[in-house]
Amino acid sequence: MNTWSRFNIVSVVLGFAFLYLPIVLLVIFSFNESKLVTVWAGFSTKWYVSLFNNRGLMDAAWVTIRVALLSATIATVLGTMAALALTRYTRFRGRLLFSGMVYAPLVMPEVITGLSLLLLFVAIGLDRGFVTVTLAHITFSMCFVTVVVQSRLLSFDRSIEEAAMDLGATPVRTFLEVTLPVIAPAVLSGWMLALTLSLDDLVIASFTSGPGATTLPMKIYSQVRLGVTPEINAACTILIGLVAIGVIIASIMTKRREVQRQRDEQAAIAGR
Amino acid sequence: MSKLGSAIFSRLVIIIPYAWLLFFFLVPFLIVFRISLSTTAIAQPPYEPVFALADGLSGLWAKIGQFSFDNFVWLTEDALYLNAYLSSVWIAGVSTLATLLIGYPIAYGMAQAPRSLRPTLLMLVILPFWTSFLIRVYAWIAILKPEGLLNQFLIGTGIIDSPLIILGTNWAIYIGIVYSYLPFMVLPLYSALEKMDNTLIEAAQDLGCPQITAFWKITFPLSLPGVVAGCMLVFIPAVGEFVIPDLLGGSQTLMIGKTLWNEFNANRDWPVSAAVATILLLILVVPIVFFQNAQAKAEEQGR
Repeated sequence: MNTWSRFNIVSVVLGFAFLYLPIVLLVIFSFNESKLVTVWAGFSTKWYVSLFNNRGLMDAAWVTIRVALLSATIATVLGTMAALALTRYTRFRGRLLFSGMVYAPLVMPEVITGLSLLLLFVAIGLDRGFVTVTLAHITFSMCFVTVVVQSRLLSFDRSIEEAAMDLGATPVRTFLEVTLPVIAPAVLSGWMLALTLSLDDLVIASFTSGPGATTLPMKIYSQVRLGVTPEINAACTILIGLVAIGVIIASIMTKRREVQRQRDEQAAIAGR
Repeated sequence: MSKLGSAIFSRLVIIIPYAWLLFFFLVPFLIVFRISLSTTAIAQPPYEPVFALADGLSGLWAKIGQFSFDNFVWLTEDALYLNAYLSSVWIAGVSTLATLLIGYPIAYGMAQAPRSLRPTLLMLVILPFWTSFLIRVYAWIAILKPEGLLNQFLIGTGIIDSPLIILGTNWAIYIGIVYSYLPFMVLPLYSALEKMDNTLIEAAQDLGCPQITAFWKITFPLSLPGVVAGCMLVFIPAVGEFVIPDLLGGSQTLMIGKTLWNEFNANRDWPVSAAVATILLLILVVPIVFFQNAQAKAEEQGR
């Protein structure tokens, strides 16, 4: 009964083909000799060379990386706090509004978030640029961190925290030495999610950014509007490559930790 | 001492993110609403009235008196906006349904896969999500163009004689939304289906229930929370989508996200774009509240 039926296999394979084919084609055509993105004219890496000579794109990439690292880190701190607040304190004044403000940004259309933040920055007289993009990215990505960390906190055994408190640890120390190590993988994946959301964002950045703080998606978007070029394919391939390396490293680390944990468990059983 | 520390800690953990969200999420909406009641002006910022501390209380009241609902009246009178709202909701609805129809068999297949294979499959669904949204939409331009890869393939294999015109039509937008949002549909469906107890189906079948009936009577109802979460995660952002209609759609495609963007960036009419955003938000309030209730319920169950 519990065999994987042919129908199931076919639907999963077709689904993954649909998800991956466009990305694979994009990567292949970044190595195309011809300027036409759809006609194959032989292998070449010239678009990568011209990409690295494109000052505008390189500057934008640097801005994007700085915004992403800074906003993801702050969003992770704020998001983890919000997750603790939502899971640990089931009753406080305004909790309904709080949980509403955490979940709404997850589905809020980006044009609304972008426009409303821009109008805020104008109202308080903050010049648009690096700071405003970073603030905007913190705001929308912290909610994603909250959801990721919250799901880990919900399955958390609170008795070990209580034990630490009973033994005289302060709340901060309990959090840092007991809670944080347990939820660390969720916090890390929340950080990675916030990082990619920030690297990826076009709409909110376009609203909240100003001169001198053009991000890579904004640059790519303006070039795509002028016409599709293999240079953009090359830029996209590098981004995909970076993500792939990150994911592979992360999965090797998880695997290694898993093996280590199993070894420790076996050692503990053998030692008994 | 520890009790006091605990109280301070819990206060800070609540207050800091709360204050942040109030200031950067809620207050901006109030500002959007306030500007939607203003009139356009050739000034910096390009709307009036503008409040100033020097006005005092009486000046403030006089300026509030200048607020009007003219922008909203104007929006209802201009067919362009009405059509843009309706077609956004329609396009998002059709795409959500298509995403569900495509995503369900994938999620079901994954949930039935051998246990050892499931983490890998799950990772394969999440992986495209880590690559840029813009890149994934952009990749479809090269595929859907009249001289693009899809038409080359279809003509090359002799299925069609003349190229299909897809890019620049609503079909391209449907494909773009389904493709970009598919992981958002598959993930909640998978987590609902994966938890399901297979022995229920076996029991039904032992009692003579045909496989399809067992699916509709047992599997599908039990997966409904996943269906709701998935549909909301696709529908709500898709209504306000900007990148997909802008890159894949044509000049005649009307979607409100694109209209808002043009109103703001090309026409520089802040009060009208604020009014457009306010109405979009009103349309989405019902599904958003629905989504939040579903989230809160899931949170309750997890506890």
